[in-house]
Amino acid sequence: MWQALTRELAETNLTIVAVALESRGVEAALPYIEAASPTYPCLVDRQHVVAELFGMVNVPTAVWINEEGRIVRPAEPAGTNDAFRKMDPATGRLAAEDLQVLRAARQRYLDGIRDWARRGSASPWALDEAEVRRRVAGPSMEHELARAHFRLGEYLWEHGHASRAQAHFAEAVRLHPESWEYRRQALDLEEQGKSMGREYWAAVQALGDRPYYPPVIGPGDQSA
Amino acid sequence: MATLLINGRTAAIPAGGPASGPWVPVDQMAALTGWELKPEGVCLGERCVPLPPGRAAAFERDGWFNMAALAAHLGQPLVEDADTGTWCIGEAPADRAVALDSAMAPDFRLPDYRGTEYTLSQFRGRKVFLVSWASW
Repeated sequence: MWQALTRELAETNLTIVAVALESRGVEAALPYIEAASPTYPCLVDRQHVVAELFGMVNVPTAVWINEEGRIVRPAEPAGTNDAFRKMDPATGRLAAEDLQVLRAARQRYLDGIRDWARRGSASPWALDEAEVRRRVAGPSMEHELARAHFRLGEYLWEHGHASRAQAHFAEAVRLHPESWEYRRQALDLEEQGKSMGREYWAAVQALGDRPYYPPVIGPGDQSA
Repeated sequence: MATLLINGRTAAIPAGGPASGPWVPVDQMAALTGWELKPEGVCLGERCVPLPPGRAAAFERDGWFNMAALAAHLGQPLVEDADTGTWCIGEAPADRAVALDSAMAPDFRLPDYRGTEYTLSQFRGRKVFLVSWASW
């Protein structure tokens, strides 16, 4: 998807930069990167530094940054939404109407990127500083403690202390339950494939009415 | 040997500190942690923090510096894994708030899948669509 958009917007000054939040490192990301044959930069972030700096709590999440280095859209789901929760966990199938909802959300988001790439600050998708600030959740000690536990867990996992690592990942999830990137990376490090398994879907179910992917607030939408 | 994760570094802390906790030898402090003891206080690059007067012994003793006391003074989270002797000092919420309030994208340096290093700031002058993904 990002390769097609890179090609399409080659005449604009937009660069797509993909970051794999991947504590297992390059090996885990490589098959997907090779399949996409990307011409845009594909970075690998073992420690989830980018998620920390930009407040990303899930994937795919995107941040839009203008020519001066200012954020014009803070972290938000990159063209996906909660229609995916209707998926049958066993088969990965979605009903046609839910698939339609997902496709429409993606289409609208991609059109937003196109509009911004071509029109810059004149695009209604580009937010002013006050609106960017309003949309970013303030920091808290719980979230910073969660981050420190995740960082410690990632270090311990890399140095062969898998069970100690999981203890700190569990703390990170407890302190910042909205962070699906902690939760899913931890499940994946426990056992590859587990991040989409029974425990994951149970946690998604437990959200009830709360969002997994918060809705993208585009031009003309009611703000949250 | 204990380990302290701090300021993006992995500091191997020598044994022999004056008390339990992540104490580092003052003469190795800058190399290990990035923090440096100066007449005006404790400095990380341009940033200098004065130490509270009258509490010098809580921070410095016998040529060792107490990183836990500094973290507490700065409002930074400190977490420990006692089994492996590993500590991690994170970011103070107040410092994070300053970064968020500027609405400027913080810079970072990461390798791509072939090992080529990139920074976000190298794309200054272009629009950047920064997107995360994962195999999991």
